[in-house]
Amino acid sequence: MLTIDRATYDAIVAHARRDHPDEACGIVAGPEGSDRPERLVEMVNAAGSPTFYEFDSTELLELYKEMWDRDEEPVVIYHSHTATEAFPSRTDIGLASEPGAHYVLVSTRDGGNNDGPVEFRSYRIVDGEVTEEEVTVVDELSN
Amino acid sequence: MAIEVRIPTILRTYTDGAKAVTAEGGSLSALIDDLDGNHPGIKDRLIENGDLRRFVNVYVNDEDVRFIGGLGAELSDGDQVVVLPAVAGGSGPH
Repeated sequence: MLTIDRATYDAIVAHARRDHPDEACGIVAGPEGSDRPERLVEMVNAAGSPTFYEFDSTELLELYKEMWDRDEEPVVIYHSHTATEAFPSRTDIGLASEPGAHYVLVSTRDGGNNDGPVEFRSYRIVDGEVTEEEVTVVDELSN
Repeated sequence: MAIEVRIPTILRTYTDGAKAVTAEGGSLSALIDDLDGNHPGIKDRLIENGDLRRFVNVYVNDEDVRFIGGLGAELSDGDQVVVLPAVAGGSGPH
């Protein structure tokens, strides 16, 4: 199960809507081993594409070095699908490389840039195996 | 000549869980061969058809090796090598 606070959830959805029709992407970092998504980092989609996303390689290194310095790991890795459902594609599955992360997919196909219905779903992707999990949105993460 | 290589989570099955290992080599290519000698199988995860895999990033002293000669990038004692899988995906085929 993914437990995420309302403000982070809303910020991910807002990012997806803002970048629509291109795919938006980013992570939520948290202390290593904590499973707490605490620190949202919006990333630039270097592919700038409605059907593909990729973190810029230099920004990727900066991001990971920052996490290592803070003893953090990527708790959530998110991206949007802008014309299809919020389910991992074959590309998503093939390229998933953080077996410990929650892979969040947001679909903006119904609302586009505007307020409106969005799908927000979370998965584990390990060795090509996709398992959907429940998402619980809380006011604040408990201590 | 010892070079520290930072190993990403997904490849730590090859290093008994170690986050970083040391290896030797005057070029990235030689370093990866040396790495594979101690951690068999890891080379296949980094290289495909004689080139770095498209979705694996390797950095030498914070420089993406694609900009400094790829597998031919020269290494010297004390260099720091980081391996990071790309964070990528998307709705379309790729």
